[in-house]
Amino acid sequence: MDNLATFLSVLAQGLPETVGATVGGIALTIVLSFAAGLALLSPSRPVRVISRIYVEGLRGTSEVVQLFWIFFALPVLVGFEIVPIWGGILVLGLNHGAYGAEIVRGAIQSVPRAQYEGALALSLSPAQRMFRVILPQAVVEMIPPFNNLFIQLLKSTSILSFVFISEITRQATQILVPRFNPQVLQIFLLLLLFYLVLSLVITAVMRFLERKAAARLGRGPSERARRAAVTGAV
Amino acid sequence: MIVFDGVEKRFGDNVVLSDLDFTVAPGEHVTLIGPSGSGKTTILRLLMSLEAVNAGTITVAGRYLSHMEKGGKLVPADEKHSREVRKHIGMVFQQFNLFPNMTVRGNLIEAPTRVLGLSKDEANARAEELLDLVGLREKIDEHPSRLSGGQQQRVAIARALAMRPDVLLLDEVTSALDPELVAGVLALLRDIGETTDITILCVTHEMGFARDFSHRVMMFDGGQVIEDAPPQRLFSAPEHPRTKEFLKAVLERG
Repeated sequence: MDNLATFLSVLAQGLPETVGATVGGIALTIVLSFAAGLALLSPSRPVRVISRIYVEGLRGTSEVVQLFWIFFALPVLVGFEIVPIWGGILVLGLNHGAYGAEIVRGAIQSVPRAQYEGALALSLSPAQRMFRVILPQAVVEMIPPFNNLFIQLLKSTSILSFVFISEITRQATQILVPRFNPQVLQIFLLLLLFYLVLSLVITAVMRFLERKAAARLGRGPSERARRAAVTGAV
Repeated sequence: MIVFDGVEKRFGDNVVLSDLDFTVAPGEHVTLIGPSGSGKTTILRLLMSLEAVNAGTITVAGRYLSHMEKGGKLVPADEKHSREVRKHIGMVFQQFNLFPNMTVRGNLIEAPTRVLGLSKDEANARAEELLDLVGLREKIDEHPSRLSGGQQQRVAIARALAMRPDVLLLDEVTSALDPELVAGVLALLRDIGETTDITILCVTHEMGFARDFSHRVMMFDGGQVIEDAPPQRLFSAPEHPRTKEFLKAVLERG
């Protein structure tokens, strides 16, 4: 392919922004998912209501419009302009955290009630029951849906090109396409491959974490060893 | 002393226990028998405060379970009160309910360190002592999922005993076990019954065990105690027709 080296190097210049926004967005997503997910299960009604408003509000409105709002409307309202990449991370985190809250809530509720009762029979406090017994078991169930969510988040970073952040999509559309217009097909194919490789990296990390977490609960690849131990023992 | 006074428990419209009165003396071993749905397990769950009564009161060693005294009146118990009373009561479940995110050791020291405030060393010493008792000392750093059902249940018994309860509740603890593993668990419970003065309430379908383990057997039907007698009497000469029917059915099956 002609100009392949140029294409790769120009796209790669956008990688720090794309990767930075993805990693930052994932970090914020995790924090917000756990905070809002636990709040959805709170015994306090006001806490549940606030959390529900956050989840429905951010899940039910356009991510792109949220981004425009932070970048174009907020400065007018408060006279305060946000550093673009932080604004991007904020929107990505807030948005995906709203989805993540439901993942956390669902996983916690999927832990068998017997575990809760076992913890209660040992007089553990509500916080100890949640953080020592229920949540460590729920995390294993959260990893596959979080993998999906993080890949969605990675792909959503392309909307940051609308607000002048030079991530890989903007590099392609603003720098490469105008200059190498006849090769637009190859440019966008390369761009897709960049996203694919990044998403495979996310999946690899999440699969690794999933195996780790499952092994801690005595599940997963050690299944055969486990069965051998059970049948071999009285 | 455990006292049930006019206890009623409903699930929706379904009345499981109605106007139930009975007492259990300290150190007594009481077995609850009866057809399924007769409310036996509900009694254990009320004592563990996994459920709250709809009417009446339960006291254990003079302390209210579902209630607490506030300004001279009885009000529903709050979390703090419930936790305080629970500390004296332990429960072993049909499905063991061991925590899969911890080793055997973790399961045994979690509550003693976090609830009773024992040091790690004290809790570990206690765990080792109890695993000696249940014959599983060598499994201390093993994962629960690597143990057989019988071993898991013995760990669960050790875990309950690690809290040094005054009252121990055994909810069909051998029902989920393969037949060849039942005897080991029952032998362990007999051993605990003989060597400690823990008050034990037990729901079981093992009539042989009920006969030689308990001081008293209570037959339940329709949320009421219909017969309450020492095991020798109740098993050899049951008085109530429902008891006769139930024992006949159980013995034919077994």
